[in-house]
Amino acid sequence: MTHGAPAHHDAVARAHRDEWARVVATLIRQTGDWTLAEECAAEAFARAVERWPTEGVPRNPGAWLTTVAKRLAIDRLRRRANETAKVHEAAALDEVESGRNIGRRAGVPLPALGDGSDGDVDGDPADAAASWADAPDEVDDRLRLVFTCCHPALALEARVALTLRTLGGLTTAEIARAFLVPEPTMAQRIVRAKQRIRNAGIPYRVPDAAALPERLGGVLAVLYLVFNAGYSASGGASGGHGADGAERRNAMADEAIRLARLVVRLLPGEAEAASLLALMLLQDSRRRARVDAEGELVTLDRQDRSRWDAAEIASGLAILRNLERRPRGIHGPYRLQAEIAACHAGAPAADATDFERIAALYDELADLDPSPVVALNRALAHGFAGRPQTGLDELDRLAASAALDRYHLLPAAQGELLARLGRADAAAARLRAAIELAPTDAERRALRRRIEELIAAT
Amino acid sequence: MEYLLIVATDPDAEPFVPEEDNVGDWVDDLEARGIRIRGQRLRPPTDATLVRVREGELLVTDGPFTESKEWMAGYDILEVESLDEAIEIASRHPMARFGRIELRPAWPMDVHEPGAERHARERAEETAALG
Repeated sequence: MTHGAPAHHDAVARAHRDEWARVVATLIRQTGDWTLAEECAAEAFARAVERWPTEGVPRNPGAWLTTVAKRLAIDRLRRRANETAKVHEAAALDEVESGRNIGRRAGVPLPALGDGSDGDVDGDPADAAASWADAPDEVDDRLRLVFTCCHPALALEARVALTLRTLGGLTTAEIARAFLVPEPTMAQRIVRAKQRIRNAGIPYRVPDAAALPERLGGVLAVLYLVFNAGYSASGGASGGHGADGAERRNAMADEAIRLARLVVRLLPGEAEAASLLALMLLQDSRRRARVDAEGELVTLDRQDRSRWDAAEIASGLAILRNLERRPRGIHGPYRLQAEIAACHAGAPAADATDFERIAALYDELADLDPSPVVALNRALAHGFAGRPQTGLDELDRLAASAALDRYHLLPAAQGELLARLGRADAAAARLRAAIELAPTDAERRALRRRIEELIAAT
Repeated sequence: MEYLLIVATDPDAEPFVPEEDNVGDWVDDLEARGIRIRGQRLRPPTDATLVRVREGELLVTDGPFTESKEWMAGYDILEVESLDEAIEIASRHPMARFGRIELRPAWPMDVHEPGAERHARERAEETAALG
């Protein structure tokens, strides 16, 4: 609304960020209808935009929004039931009105809803709603939503889309832009994912203890994928999409961090979730330093460390320190990667980096994750830790295995270690091979600059 | 929800170890819990019969013999709460290791609804859902 004071706009924007997932997650449980839940949540936020400027921001915005959205849902279900007289929709309506809940046995009674006929709210519904919105001893509906959006029976790209749309509250258009697909394609992907949840019988619940670690791993993988969609392509590497593309992709990284915080809050005992958050924060802290004033990519060893985000580094390191106080179990892959990122974050200069510790962490990581990319980084770490020949031998073995045939960072890594061995010509040849495979102009330019340096130094 | 659990062979799976075939325990557990409606092993494709009507004429042949190395070796019909429960049950079937399992949800329909009406209605619902 144009006449709304900025403070109210901020309040609605903040509520959208903080409360969207709660509103949608509650409605999905109560109606079993994902689309209805999203539409009514969106409508509730539209009402907030209209009403908060004149009526004031409610004391508990989340409860206000949930109550409004729920009344809208009841209204729509009632109208739909009248129109079609479908038995199952009448039953769903009955569930919402009576406070019984689809998908769980013991429901918390909902507040009295009045006539609820037009979704209007008399007074501050937060008073009535607060009693159940934050009811203790209940599984948070947002956690059900997290696990359902990231269910392994959904294709990975469907999980990503659904997580951003339903849990993150991003619009279909925003998600489509971030992943460079046409909006109708993304819309269809989301609709199909919701249909599959219903048709395949994917439940709206948190997995039981036996399945939780594996399923949580799936959730974290989706969040890290969203983060990397933002991280890897932001700044100079946006590959022709310009500053606008970079901004959108930074928004993806922000969103991934926000969702990771949510998962950590919901599952405070899960060390790998906390570790992923720490990893994201530590990597994200370098966002501004990864691109120079000309928009060129700056590799880690050349970054202006004063431009690293000190607050994000502090948060990331604090999470890792907290984890150290817990009884030591086997470190998961995110914990190890976060510890590696912490080594970089804690080094005052590139040549003061503790590569010995990084190499040891990569040894541990390679035991857990025998992927060729981990093997590459492990070899590079040993090379930087003063064993360039050992690292190079390992990289040559990787190259011979052909597992990373089209991956530009393999010849680039070989070039770096050859340079450390004083073999500038061989190094330049490998860097030229990397240029051939590099996916973006920014990376090609960065590699070319590196070759020029090598030539100049000889 | 009702699921058809299709047990299939898979050349990429672990080699079959008869001593570790504990399908009896699997069936006993499910029947004690009332989850398995019924199920059977199936004879191989060499014993299959193919029935077709083409231009009004009944064609009965043996087969089909496809080149495929994955074929349906058995089935079970399960009545469970959700896909998660069906997955958990499927994961404990010995053929999840020695072959593979496919879970197909039942798609209930009113068999007495005229076919043309059902077809038109479902098309319209699909179109509406995709906007």
